[in-house]
Amino acid sequence: MTSIEFRKDLFADERDDTLKEIGKPTIRQDILGHVTGRTAYYDDHLFDGMLHMRAVRSPHHHAQIRAIDLAAAERMPGVRRVATAKDVPNNLNTLLSLINFGRDDEPLCSHDKVRFKGETVAWVIADTERQARDACAAIRVDYSVLPHVLDVEEALAPNAPVVNEIYPNNSFDYHAKYDHQKLRFGDVNAAFAQADHVIEAEYQMSPIEQAPIETCGAIAAPETNDRFVCHTNTQALFFSLGTTAKLLDIASSRLHFIGGTAGGGFGGKVDSIVEPTAVLGAMLTGRPVKFAWDRAEEMQVGAPRGGERWRLKDGVMNDGRIVAREFTGFFDSGAYMRLSPYAIIKGTGHLPGPYSIPNIASNVYCVVTNRTPATAMRGFGITAVDFAIECQMDRVAEAVGMNPVELRILNAYRDGDMKAHRRSAKNTALIECCQVAAAKAGWSLSPDAAAQSSRQGGGVGERAAIPETVTDEEGRIGDRRAGRAATTAPSRSPTGRVPAGQQGVAVGGAPVQNPDMQIDADRIGHRMGAGMPVPPAAAPPTAAPQSVVRPSVPAATPAPPQPVAPPAASPPPPPTTSSPAAAEPPYKPAQPFSRGVKRPGTSPFTSGFRRR
Amino acid sequence: MLSVETFPSMAEAGQALGDRARYLAGGTLVMRAVTYGDQSFERIVRARQVDRAIGNDAAGLRIGAGATMADVLASGDLAFLHPVAQTIGGPAIRNMATVGGNLFAANPYGDFAVALLALNAQAVMANGQVQPVETLLAGRERPSGLVTAITLPRVDAGSFRYRKISRVKPKGVSLMSIAVNLMRGEVRVVFGNMGPRALRAPAAERALANGLNDASIAAACAACLEGLQPTDDPLATEWYRREVAPVHLARLLNDGGVR
Amino acid sequence: MAKTPVTFTLNDAEAALFVDPGAPLIDVLRRGAGDLTPKHGCGQGTCGACTVLIDGVPHLACLTLAETVEGRRIDTTGGLAGGPDLHPLQQAFMEGFAAQCGFCTSGMLMAAKALLDANPNPTREEAIEAISGNLCRCTGYEPIVDAILTAAARVQGRAAS
Repeated sequence: MTSIEFRKDLFADERDDTLKEIGKPTIRQDILGHVTGRTAYYDDHLFDGMLHMRAVRSPHHHAQIRAIDLAAAERMPGVRRVATAKDVPNNLNTLLSLINFGRDDEPLCSHDKVRFKGETVAWVIADTERQARDACAAIRVDYSVLPHVLDVEEALAPNAPVVNEIYPNNSFDYHAKYDHQKLRFGDVNAAFAQADHVIEAEYQMSPIEQAPIETCGAIAAPETNDRFVCHTNTQALFFSLGTTAKLLDIASSRLHFIGGTAGGGFGGKVDSIVEPTAVLGAMLTGRPVKFAWDRAEEMQVGAPRGGERWRLKDGVMNDGRIVAREFTGFFDSGAYMRLSPYAIIKGTGHLPGPYSIPNIASNVYCVVTNRTPATAMRGFGITAVDFAIECQMDRVAEAVGMNPVELRILNAYRDGDMKAHRRSAKNTALIECCQVAAAKAGWSLSPDAAAQSSRQGGGVGERAAIPETVTDEEGRIGDRRAGRAATTAPSRSPTGRVPAGQQGVAVGGAPVQNPDMQIDADRIGHRMGAGMPVPPAAAPPTAAPQSVVRPSVPAATPAPPQPVAPPAASPPPPPTTSSPAAAEPPYKPAQPFSRGVKRPGTSPFTSGFRRR
Repeated sequence: MLSVETFPSMAEAGQALGDRARYLAGGTLVMRAVTYGDQSFERIVRARQVDRAIGNDAAGLRIGAGATMADVLASGDLAFLHPVAQTIGGPAIRNMATVGGNLFAANPYGDFAVALLALNAQAVMANGQVQPVETLLAGRERPSGLVTAITLPRVDAGSFRYRKISRVKPKGVSLMSIAVNLMRGEVRVVFGNMGPRALRAPAAERALANGLNDASIAAACAACLEGLQPTDDPLATEWYRREVAPVHLARLLNDGGVR
Repeated sequence: MAKTPVTFTLNDAEAALFVDPGAPLIDVLRRGAGDLTPKHGCGQGTCGACTVLIDGVPHLACLTLAETVEGRRIDTTGGLAGGPDLHPLQQAFMEGFAAQCGFCTSGMLMAAKALLDANPNPTREEAIEAISGNLCRCTGYEPIVDAILTAAARVQGRAAS
């Protein structure tokens, strides 16, 4: 059995040695089921008369759908139902609308055009899987092929084809203002000017498929009391339930989701596609229906960890101190957003990695391309940039002629250091990690590096302070497509300054789509940071949700603190006359968020009662 | 609508083959196609009695087309082919996949066919005709009947070398496979996954015709891409394949190592 | 649809079923015979999650035409334990954390059983080769190989090397 080594010499006072389970080998509680084969995965539930549902998929990266001919398929043996976008009651969604993030951008079944190879254009439900496959092969789709774009930087060019009309600039809009997520801390350009070395490099990570041994799938069946039971291997049971209710426009109380057992997931089973599809099949046929991806579909349409490209620029002194670090990052979201814009906010909060660097600037783009939509995978939002950062650290060590582990110890953050997202670091421990790893690897360290501690030397003077920060207004929504944004890198000519010591203010996302979605600080049991703005009271529910008038500015939702540059203390420069896009109103959904019930005067949350 | 037709013998099954039919041997290719809804056939033809005998007589070696990779590994007469069969799948695949079926395995499979082509094997058809494996591979897209056995000329010890290049350890599909037969007068250099089927590298064969030495190895490696048609696929790009083919051929010729 | 009758022995019990033309053994075992222990992972012979023993040697149930098992003996993980007692492989997998999500475990166990039945005293390399057709995405292969060697050693009445 693999052994775990506990280093009692490190941080001994932070650990309670009276723990009964932690640190001791234990037998997994579910493993008896695994070794006897009794663990019940979603497909281990047998239903009499279960039908099989298969999707017809686009062979093109980008194409207009002119016509779909279902006639031959409908006449084939065993076929119970052929379905298209017309059968989906509310055929537009974005996954994170359930937490009030992003805008609806993705159909469950495409109807006007396909935006990635493998996108669903129709379904067949038949007695056997083979009959469903044969009927899928008999469906004729008339496509008009469109030019496609598969590279993130090509997609941002002014002449690139528009992939998804919801994002006319092929990028996600951040804070209703910029086509990228900004992070500014100090003044990188001033620091680059004083650095002994400036080291620039580009790093790229290709998409990675999670490849669970069990592919994504679900079985849905009509249940008593006009409900549908759904056995699924989702990693996000209530996301899948809420998404199903929204897409199929039924009350969530009519959905009985059973999950919790997945044959591997790794992030690839959160996208909630197979569940609404299977429940739709059960609704249309009144029979148990299984919808599962085969291995080829899992690889082709199962959302991977998206590809990322990062450019790093470091200003370094001869002694190895990194005085400035600049990032330009591109996330390939694929044709739809799913979780990518959120991953960028998370990744930006992680910058500049576990190092204390006094000047940081970052622009990160969430780009829409004609690739398979990306989604979560282990270390979501962090993995590729950490790969870039650590490669860059080795490059810096080489440039200044330093032991790469000592370079990391020299620049490592320490307890009390101010991070670029304006929170103090604690329990840092990178220095100790480096020391132990070097010892294990037989890598020699200087006595000075070996004597360092993450608990000493941090949190004093400049290390603990938020510096005066320069800001800029480059990269407003629409500027790039109009040819007004020359570069994707952080600005070389700042236009504003934020005094030292200024904490950021939380910036809300889009206004809540339904007053019920307003997060009420005193209800969530989560301690909000001091100085966080108190949200305004939610607008009262109205009789007709469709007519809710939303505030024209983002509500100050107490969202997680976001590492966006604080508003300039000095008045921002007047927008140039060539920048009309700056006035673009914030996103509003076409219709209010609904979990199904549209009867006037009723709460959309019929599945529970609300405690106030 | 799928149907399965079972015949007593391979000869009868061979006669029943025809339009929209596939012969089921070990099942590793045909059943995959069935499960994935291949629309190019609807009749599965099989035989109850299959020839999986492995024989050795004065004329050479004979392998029944129904012999599995496990059968090959169990045969002392085929010891020189053990390193080839050993690289094909895990134990379960080797208990199923047949020598005959491997002749029809598209990229990235078909490593055994690479070896058979290098050995100048002949395919015995159900109708009694015999054709070189080279001819069979070149025409395998068109139905040409059922292969019932393979015959091989004798091979001197040490003349046959094989190497499979895979990115997954211990077992993965081949990015490229190379089989070399160094019998004087019959030198063959064959690459798998460097074109639509196993292909000979004629310039490399000419370079090695007069024996194996540093100069001939260098000349063979320099010329080995002639006649090959590598393409991009998810395992590797055409560029990568062209770059590494001479490297792997050199390793094979220099160390004789089989892995 | 014309169905074909098939009879075989499944874990010591007789099974007699009618199968669809072209149906793979995995579907017949799972949906017909109700033995849910072989898992469907790829349908193309890549993952090994459906590994079963036919007449004692490992086969992939997803690539086996169901009607070809007429009269043959099939063993699955469902029959591995002897009544309430776990097979030594099951015990070693359980204690050695040789499963995380568990989806590959049935196939791993059958591949390992075939190895130990034929070779009760395998080397580490032989154990690695025996599961070379079985993919695991969670735990890594080391604990699985360790568990196979541990089980072999216990059956032989010695400590695992």
